[in-house]
Amino acid sequence: MSEGQIDEALRSELQRQGVWVTSMQELYNWGRKNSIWPLQFGLACCAIEMIATAASRYDIARFGGEIFRPSPRQADLMIVAGTVTKKMAPQIVRLYNQMPDPKYVISMGACAISGGPFKQGYNVLKGIDRYIPVDVYIPGCPPRPEALLHAFMELQRKIDSQKLTGAGKAEHLDAKQPSEFPVPAFGEHDLQPPANPDVYHPPVLERQS
Amino acid sequence: MTPNPYLFIVIFVAVALAFPLLPLGLAWLWRRFFQPPKPGVQKNAIYECGVESIGEAQIQFRSQYYLYAIIFLIFDVEAIFLVPFAVAFTGLPVGAFIAILVFLLLLIEGLVWAWGKGCLNWAR
Repeated sequence: MSEGQIDEALRSELQRQGVWVTSMQELYNWGRKNSIWPLQFGLACCAIEMIATAASRYDIARFGGEIFRPSPRQADLMIVAGTVTKKMAPQIVRLYNQMPDPKYVISMGACAISGGPFKQGYNVLKGIDRYIPVDVYIPGCPPRPEALLHAFMELQRKIDSQKLTGAGKAEHLDAKQPSEFPVPAFGEHDLQPPANPDVYHPPVLERQS
Repeated sequence: MTPNPYLFIVIFVAVALAFPLLPLGLAWLWRRFFQPPKPGVQKNAIYECGVESIGEAQIQFRSQYYLYAIIFLIFDVEAIFLVPFAVAFTGLPVGAFIAILVFLLLLIEGLVWAWGKGCLNWAR
């Protein structure tokens, strides 16, 4: 327990007596995690599931995320829902750059994670995490709305655990962390650069002989 | 003792000022102490569609369809005005007659213009 933090037992005891004690950080994160506004854009079939999640049956409004914004300037969350073609990738990075901090990315579906069934294709980006930092990945082809809701709850958990101060504080509060990422451009054969080394850390395969 | 009736307006103005200024002030304090602003070229870009804007905004558009508008006024709008004009022709005072003639003259000028532009030729 760090300095200035209230003891959990004392806190629950106070809560039982009708006194609610909180900190600036908790209040801030509580407000943020319950009003995540996603950016309203879909790329492929995953977008249909995203629409279903926003509609009444699955009702993402229960989590405070129903306000899909048509402008990146008003959005907190980018749901990359579907196949990212190489033609679309620069636009997505640019939209991400135009979102105000704090901003989060959910990579929805196999295509947005890795290219999915189109991974061998010449025109499909093999994962949007090559260019922008992704917070939550949802596998599936396409993931069901419950899976998107689960990812949304995971993101809420992540927001709730972000710190206001100190060494491990949230990225948007750190002046040294970048808010814009370089937009890839079309080269002779492929997008240049093929990945942003600051963002993309692929797992290293270790083969056992 | 009854309060000054204008007191409510003063309260109203005070609340109306405080309501937007308080969140703005809080946001300013938040920016000052916690969240460093991170402006950038793309973040400050005018167009927010993911596509880069090309060229200047102050360009001249070619008004290509004005001839259609003239023809529409002559053969459609004018006809609507001409029917009641013809029906009430015998009972019209001189002022109304001259007014409708001015109106007709303006549209006939348009007709001459469109004719000169070759709008009335059949397309082959």
